[in-house]
Amino acid sequence: MTFEIFMQQLANGISIGSLYALIAIGYTMVYGILRLINFAHGDIFMMASYFMVFSMVNFGLPWYVSMVIVIIATILLGVLVEKTAYKPLRNAPRMSIMISAIGVSFLLENLATYLFTGVPKGFPDIAILTQAISFGNISFSVATLVTPIITLILLYVVQFITNKTKIGMAMRASSIDFETARLMGININRVISTTFVIGSGLAAVGAILWGSKYPSVMPLMGVMPGLKCFIAAVLGGIGNTTGAVLGGFILGMAEIMLVTFLPSLTGYRDAIAFIILIVVLLVKPTGLLGEKVTDKV
Amino acid sequence: MLEIKNLHVNYGGISAVKGINMSVPEKSIVTLIGANGAGKSTTLRTIAGLVKPSSGEIIFQGENITGKDTIDIVAKGITLVPEGRRVFANLTVLENLKIGAYLRKESIEDSIKNVFDLFPRLKERSWQLAGTLSGGEQQMLAVGRALMAKPKLIMMDEPSLGLAPLIVNGIFDIIKEINKLGTTILLIEQNANKALKVADYGYVLETGKITMEGTGLELLKNEKVKDAYLGSSKK
Repeated sequence: MTFEIFMQQLANGISIGSLYALIAIGYTMVYGILRLINFAHGDIFMMASYFMVFSMVNFGLPWYVSMVIVIIATILLGVLVEKTAYKPLRNAPRMSIMISAIGVSFLLENLATYLFTGVPKGFPDIAILTQAISFGNISFSVATLVTPIITLILLYVVQFITNKTKIGMAMRASSIDFETARLMGININRVISTTFVIGSGLAAVGAILWGSKYPSVMPLMGVMPGLKCFIAAVLGGIGNTTGAVLGGFILGMAEIMLVTFLPSLTGYRDAIAFIILIVVLLVKPTGLLGEKVTDKV
Repeated sequence: MLEIKNLHVNYGGISAVKGINMSVPEKSIVTLIGANGAGKSTTLRTIAGLVKPSSGEIIFQGENITGKDTIDIVAKGITLVPEGRRVFANLTVLENLKIGAYLRKESIEDSIKNVFDLFPRLKERSWQLAGTLSGGEQQMLAVGRALMAKPKLIMMDEPSLGLAPLIVNGIFDIIKEINKLGTTILLIEQNANKALKVADYGYVLETGKITMEGTGLELLKNEKVKDAYLGSSKK
């Protein structure tokens, strides 16, 4: 293997890793507050891809307008899912809300199949993201280069919101004790909605960048990234946003390096995520940056 | 200031509070004593809006607040220091205080200073995570946090629970101090002796019903109270 190929793959690994990271933040934040694995999160990501297709292909809007529309529409969808499928179960056992999340996931997948058919649609070409740039013999798309940068900026924004703002403080308080948070006058429902706004918004950004790399949009396209990003969140320590990003990078890198160094095992690319999950659960169930979990009373 | 009329509360099919009447006059300390499971906590939680009553009325400053949302009740000036302190362990001491003033829009610097004057220990530890504080310090923080809302009425659920005797004395001194500064206090205690000593008026709650009431001093001298709650038998 040449140095060029290695560098190329390194860039790929970082780029795919940061895509995982963006989606993993959504899982980890929702888990942090609701102790819910939001199985519908991958499908929210899928819907965001379709929104982009409709906005650019069907309505012919320019990419920058579409981006804003897609982010807003995805946020609305995420909040709608929370309000209709999770909020009514606020006082139900945790298993009920988890089943509800799985239900929403199937609903979105089948709704997309019914409405948009299972035939893959082409993701619109955003020239500014897909054009190639080259350094010597190494060339990659602008998307590959900007994805990690966007991810790190958004991670910083999320960290700023959770650590420096009033609503962020309410989010951290609510994440350990709903009832006492209410006694402080915190509106729990608003805190939870904010969490879904952030998570869905990041999933929308992830979908736009993903589409520039893998331009094929299908109803089940969210399943595998969804599972992998959930694993990334567990690997980093679920509930911890920095951990989610770290987990995403590690997972992306592990996948690409497997393909690079052991090309004969390329078919196992998806399996590596699950192997990592099993190892994490056996060796360090709290994840890399996760703290000891004390269950809510 | 606070009037409770014929309050009934059911908790998971069991009636925990069976028609109690009590009143908390402005600027007083009123205590509610009783054994485990008598319905003390349920009463406070119902006033705070965490539990909905099945019947009865809760009147605060002439306004019916029965069954209102906790946020509205906090906004009206009632705060609860919950049992077991329940400080936010993952937030710093200062953040815990700030979150106590969550509904306040104006500057809270003065209130923070007041709390630090009352509890100098909290000032020393303001950057520490609340989870690293000792039990007594956490109780101070829980009380300080409740004060940050500038409440008219503070309800305290077993503030002395699980604390060393010396610390318990400190907590009761603080309760008197806060009261002197003009805040009305409704106190729940298993430590009936201490509670009745600081209280202007007391109620004895047994299995959801008020069985005795009187000034703190009257109850302290009452033989039945002595027998059941003060551990000093007449024999």
